[in-house]
Amino acid sequence: MPSALVITAPGINCDLELAEAFALVGCEVERILLGRLTRQPELVDRFELIGLPGGFSYGDDIAAGRIMAQLIRAGIARRLVDALARGVPIIAPCNGFQIAVQAGLLPDPAPSPGASGPEESPALPRPSVALCDNDSGRFCDRWVRVEVPVKTHCIWTRGLRPVGAGSMLPIAHGEGRFTTDAATLRTLERDGRVALRYASDDNPNGSIGAIAGICDPTGRCFGLMPHPERFTRWTQHPWWTRLGDDERSGTPLGLAMFESAVRSLAAAAPAGGR
Amino acid sequence: MTAETARTTIIHRIEVRPREGFGDVRGAAALREVTALGDGEGGLPERIDHAAVYLVEGPEDAALAARLADELLADPVTQQATVIAGEARRGASIGGARGGLVSIIEVHPLPGVTDPAAESIEAVAERLIGLRVRVRTGSRWEFHGVDADRAESLVRRALANPVVHSLHRGPHHPAAFPAPRPHGDAIRDVPLLGLDDAALERLSREAHLFLSLDEMRAIRGHYRALGREPREIELETIAQTWSEHCVHKTLKSTIRYREGDVEAMPLGPQVSGGAARPGHERLADGTIVIRNLLRSTIAAATHELMAEGIDWCLSVFVDNAGVIAFDDLHAVCFKCETHNHPSAIEPYGGAATGVGGCIRDVMGTGLSARPIASTDVFCVAWPRRPSAARRPDEGSRSVVPAGALDPARILRQVVAGVRDYGNRMGIPTVAGAVWFDDDYIGNPLVYCGCIGVMPRNLVRGEVRPGDRIVVVGGRTGRDGIHGATFSSAELTETHADEFSHAVQIGNAITQKKVLDALMAMRDDPRGCLYDAITDCGAGGFSSAVGEMGREHGAEVHLDRAPLKYEGLSPTEAWISEAQERMVLAVPPAKLDAVIAHCEAHQVEWCDLGQFGCRLDGPSGPEPHLRLLWRGAEVGRLSTTFLDEALPMPQREASFAAPKRASATAESGAAVAVQDLLPALLRHPNIASKHWIVRQYDHEVQGGSVVKPFVGERQEGPADGAVLLPVRGSLRGLAVGCGLATGLRDDPRAMALAAIDECVRNLVCLGADPARCAILDNFSWPSCRDAANLGALVRAAEGCYDGAKAYRTPFISGKDSLNNQFVAEGGEVIQIPPTLLISGMAIVEDVRRCVTSDLKAPGNLLVLVGPRSRSLRGSHAGRLTERDCGDLPLVDLALGPAVARAVSAAIAAGTIRSAHDCADGGLAVAVAEMAIGGGFGAVIDARALDGAPAPAARSSGAPPKGSVIDEALLAELFGEWPSRYLLEVPEEALGRFRAALAGSAPAAAIPHAVIGRVVADRRLILGEVSWTLDELRAAWRGTLDW
Repeated sequence: MPSALVITAPGINCDLELAEAFALVGCEVERILLGRLTRQPELVDRFELIGLPGGFSYGDDIAAGRIMAQLIRAGIARRLVDALARGVPIIAPCNGFQIAVQAGLLPDPAPSPGASGPEESPALPRPSVALCDNDSGRFCDRWVRVEVPVKTHCIWTRGLRPVGAGSMLPIAHGEGRFTTDAATLRTLERDGRVALRYASDDNPNGSIGAIAGICDPTGRCFGLMPHPERFTRWTQHPWWTRLGDDERSGTPLGLAMFESAVRSLAAAAPAGGR
Repeated sequence: MTAETARTTIIHRIEVRPREGFGDVRGAAALREVTALGDGEGGLPERIDHAAVYLVEGPEDAALAARLADELLADPVTQQATVIAGEARRGASIGGARGGLVSIIEVHPLPGVTDPAAESIEAVAERLIGLRVRVRTGSRWEFHGVDADRAESLVRRALANPVVHSLHRGPHHPAAFPAPRPHGDAIRDVPLLGLDDAALERLSREAHLFLSLDEMRAIRGHYRALGREPREIELETIAQTWSEHCVHKTLKSTIRYREGDVEAMPLGPQVSGGAARPGHERLADGTIVIRNLLRSTIAAATHELMAEGIDWCLSVFVDNAGVIAFDDLHAVCFKCETHNHPSAIEPYGGAATGVGGCIRDVMGTGLSARPIASTDVFCVAWPRRPSAARRPDEGSRSVVPAGALDPARILRQVVAGVRDYGNRMGIPTVAGAVWFDDDYIGNPLVYCGCIGVMPRNLVRGEVRPGDRIVVVGGRTGRDGIHGATFSSAELTETHADEFSHAVQIGNAITQKKVLDALMAMRDDPRGCLYDAITDCGAGGFSSAVGEMGREHGAEVHLDRAPLKYEGLSPTEAWISEAQERMVLAVPPAKLDAVIAHCEAHQVEWCDLGQFGCRLDGPSGPEPHLRLLWRGAEVGRLSTTFLDEALPMPQREASFAAPKRASATAESGAAVAVQDLLPALLRHPNIASKHWIVRQYDHEVQGGSVVKPFVGERQEGPADGAVLLPVRGSLRGLAVGCGLATGLRDDPRAMALAAIDECVRNLVCLGADPARCAILDNFSWPSCRDAANLGALVRAAEGCYDGAKAYRTPFISGKDSLNNQFVAEGGEVIQIPPTLLISGMAIVEDVRRCVTSDLKAPGNLLVLVGPRSRSLRGSHAGRLTERDCGDLPLVDLALGPAVARAVSAAIAAGTIRSAHDCADGGLAVAVAEMAIGGGFGAVIDARALDGAPAPAARSSGAPPKGSVIDEALLAELFGEWPSRYLLEVPEEALGRFRAALAGSAPAAAIPHAVIGRVVADRRLILGEVSWTLDELRAAWRGTLDW
C-alpha cells in the first residue's frame, strides 16, 4: 500500500478531502503539519506520494500561498525536490499550486544557472510564473470544463481523455489567473508541461493559454487551480441527477488523476525506489 | 525615552503595486464598486489604481526592509515594491500617479482594529528573517480624474468605513504607532445602595447596562443584603448575564395577550385537536395569560413530540446548538444566529464575526462538533433607485436616513464578510436567501447558520470541580465590549459613534487553528481531553465562564489572559468579546496533552483558573464566580443570584389583523401576464443570487451532493443543499429554510407558511420529512410595544401548531427583539416582524436525491397540493396591487400529508425533478425549472382547473392575449403553501399515483397533470409564451453585480 503525505498548516482546509482521494486509490495517508515537518524534515522521506492541499494557508495574507511558500523555501523545499528526484508524485491543487509556484517547486525546481546559495542546499529558483487575482476581481466557485493537452508529460493527467459531462472539475479561488513571461510560456508549451487547460470557452479567471495546471520537467509535480480531490464520486458532479447510470459508470476525472499517479509508481517500481 | 532608543526602531513604509502589463484587478474592482453607487453626478474617476501599503516598525536597517519587501510582500513576477525608510517619510507621493488630476486616498485600520494580515506578517518575519517587527496594513487608492474631496467621499461610501478605518489624503507614514490607552486596574465601586428609582434608571442608561428598573431594584436589594456596594465588574457581569441577548427574558416572561379581530384561526386555549395549549390560561375577560412563551409554544412542541415517540432528538435548547441523531454513530447539530446591529454599523466585520460566532457555537456544542456547512439569510432595504424606476412594493423612501449605510453597500459588505470568514474556515456556505424591504433600511438582518457533525457519544459535556479553565485561541483586547447589551438595544443614528467598540473584525485563521487543535484534542487516542467546552460569544469570559461555572462556581485569574495590548482593566478583560476564543474545562491530569495539541497547531492558550468555588451565601455555601487580578480579589458573584434573581416581567400584548379588502381586486387594472412573469423573475427577492453564491466556496470538504445551482449550465436554483456529513457513507443531510415575510399581516400564518416552505424545500431534495428538525430565529421590532409583542405571540403559536402538525421538532432558536432604527428627528423605522425557519433532514440514500432542473422532453408536469385561492401576501399581489383575498393558511392536515406523499413518490423513484412553488408561485417555479434544465414547458391552463379543490374554480379559460381571469391569476402566481411541482415520466404516472396514495390512505392528495416538458426552449401558457433566454435574462440580470 503506497504511503501518501498530506502537508497541512494553519489555514489549509482541503486536507481531509485530499487525504480521502489518496485513500480511495489505495494509499495509506498521513496528515502532518508543516511545523513538524520543518523540525523533522526526514519525515518527508518516508512517503511515496505527497499532496499540498488547498485552503487559505496563513490566511492567504499578503497574497494567496505567499507565507506558506516562504516557510517551505526556508524549510523542507530541498526535501521535496529530493522526493521528486526519487520518483515521488506531488500534487498541489489550488492553494497548493499557489504555494508551489512561489516556493519555486514549479515550474522547475532546478536552480537556475548562476543562482547563488549555500552549496549543500542551493536555494530554489525565484518564481517565474504567478497566479494572480482573477480577472473578475473576486472569488468564484463553480465547475469548469477542462481538457488534457495530448502531449503533456504530466504523470497525473497523461493519457486521460475526459469527454462530455466527465470533463468537469470544480474551481474555487480568487487568485488563479495563471501568468508568466513569453519565454517561460513557450518552454512550458513546447515541453508538454501544460498538464491541464480550461476549455476555451470556460476560462474562469483569465489565465493565459487557458492554463489550469502545469508540471515540472519530471512530470511528477503537478500544480493546478481546479480541485480534483472534490470529484472522486459522481454525486459530487454538478448535474449528476441528469446523468444516466451508464454515464456515471466511469472513474470520475479527479479520482482518475490519483489513479494515474499510483499507477506511475507501479511502473517505476522496478527501476528502484523503495 | 532616550534619544538612542528612539532611534533604534523606525516605521518603514512599503508599497506594493502591480507591474506594468499585469493589470490592476483591485483597482478595477474598486472602480466598479464606486460606479455601482449610482451617483455619477458628482463625477466618477476614469481609473483607480491600487497599492497595498505596509507600515513596518522595526530596526532602522534599509536592507532588512528591502528584504522583507522583496521576499515576502511583493510577487517577483507580477508586482513591484517601493520601500520608504523613516527619514524619507516627509517626501509625499511615491510611484503611480503620473499626469492629469490624481487624488490619493489611503485607508488604514484604526488602532486596535484587528488586522489579520499584519499579525501574519509579524509572525512570519520573525521566523524567516529573525526580525521582530510590528506591522499595520493599509490600502492606497489613486483616483484619476476627480478631486480629493470627491475621491474621499467615494472612498467613504464604497471602500472604507470610518467606524474601523482612518482615511488619509496622501501617503500615511506615521513616526510611531499610537500606544493603547492605558487603564488603571483600580477596583471601582459603583454606589448603588442609596439610589432612588430615577437614579437607578439613569445609571442603567448611562453605563450602557440596558437593565430595567425592576432589574436594577433586584440588584440593589441583593447588595443591600450583602451590605456593600457592587463593583463595576460585578455590575457588568449582571448586565451581560441578564441581557435579552443572553436570557431571552421577553420570550420567557408572563404575557397577557388579547386578540382583536382575527381573520383566521383565532387563538384559543385549545389546539385545533382540542387538547389544552400548555402554559395558557384564558381569563374571564378573554385575556389569555401565557407563562413563559418559549416554553409554552416552541419548546412545548418539541417536548410533546418527544413524548409521542420521536427518539432522535439528542439535545434540544440546552446547548449552543440543537443536536439530533444522524446514524448509529454520529450526531448532527444546527445553530442559527443573527448579527444584526453590528452589521448595521460595520457590515463586513459584523457579518464575518456573525459567521465566526455561529461556527464557534457548533464547535462549542457537546464536546465539540466539526462544522460542515453554513447558511446565510439577509434582509436588507432595496438598493436606491430613481423613484420613477421603482416597483409598487419598493415604497417611497428616496434617501437613506442619516446614520444608516447605503443598502447596496450593506449587501455587498455582508456578502464579503460571510465569504471571507466561511471560505477561510473551509466551511461550505450552502444555502440561504435574501429578502428586500425598505423597513430594514436602518436595521438590516444578517442570519448565520452552521451545521456540525460529532460522534454520538460526545453529545454532552459536564464540568467537574477541579477542572482547569483553559482558554484557547485569540487574544483578549478591548474589542466588542458591550456586544450583548448593545444587541439588546435599539439602533439610533448616533450608534455608529457610541458603539463602534462593539464592532469588530474577525480573524478566521485564528479560529481555523483552534478548530484543528480542538479536533485533535477531541479525537485524541486517549479519549477526549476535556470535560466540557463552550465558546466565548456575547459577554466574553463573563458569560462563557459564568455559564460553565453555574453549578460549581469558578475562580478566575483575569490577569492570566493573553492580551492583544497592555493596559486592559480587569473589567475589560472579563467582558471583552474579542473573537475566536473557546473555554475548555480540562482535568489537571490532561492539561499537558491539551497544551501539546495547542502548540502543535500554533494556538495560544492560557490557564485562567479552576472550576469549583463555593463561598458563603445567605443560606450556606453557594457556587460563586470569584474574580482575581494579580492575586487580589476584584469581584465575587453568587451564580445562584445570577441565575435565579432576574425578575421576570409581566408584559402586555395585543393583536388585531390589519383590515384588508375582500376577495375582489383592489385595482381593477387588467394584468398583462406577458410582462408579469419576467417582472417577477427580475424581482430581487426572486432573482438569481448567483452573484452571492458564486463568491462562497459551497463545496469545500468535498461533501456536496446537491449544490446551490443545478442543471448543465449550473444556473437553476436548488431548493436547498444536500451534503454527506460522514465520509464513506451514502446517508445525506438536506438543509433548507423558510421565510414568509409577505404574510406579516398575520404572523401566525407567516410562521406556518415558513415551516411549510422549509419542509417543502427539504422534501424536494429527497429528504425524509419524518426526520426533519427545525430552528426558529425571530427578529422583531421592540416588544415593549404591545402590538409587536402580540405579533410575536401569534408567530410563536404558529410555530407550536406547525411543529406539531409536521412533526418537526424545534431543536434550537434565537431571538433578536429590538430591531428598529430611530432616525434623526425621531422617526422610528421598525423592521417587519421576521421569522426565519431553518431546517435539516436526513436523506436515507443520496443517490435518491432529486433536483429542480427539467430533465427530459415529454415528461409530465404534475402539480401536487391545494389550490392557490388568492394573490394575498404574494409578490404578484404586491406588484399588481392585488395583495388581497383569502389569507394563505397552511392546512395542518393536508400540508404534512402532501409532504409525506411527495417524499414517498420520490423514494419510489417516480420523479425526475421537483421544485416547490414559493416566491412568485407556480409560474416562477416552472420558469426556474426550465432555466435550470434548458428545456421548455407547455402549461395547460385548463388542467389547472382539474385539481380537486373545495374553493371556487377558475373558469379555466386559457390566457387570451395578455389578460387572464383572477382565479387563474391566483393559481399561477399565488403563493399558497404546500404546493409542489414535479416532473414525472409518462410511463411512471401510474406508479407515481400509487406512491402518492400509498402514503396517505385516508386523505386523497390533490394533484393534477398541468403540462409537459418540451424540447423547444419556450415556456408556453395558452396564447402567451416566453423564450427561455428572455426568462433567463430577466432572472439573472437583477443581482448580476
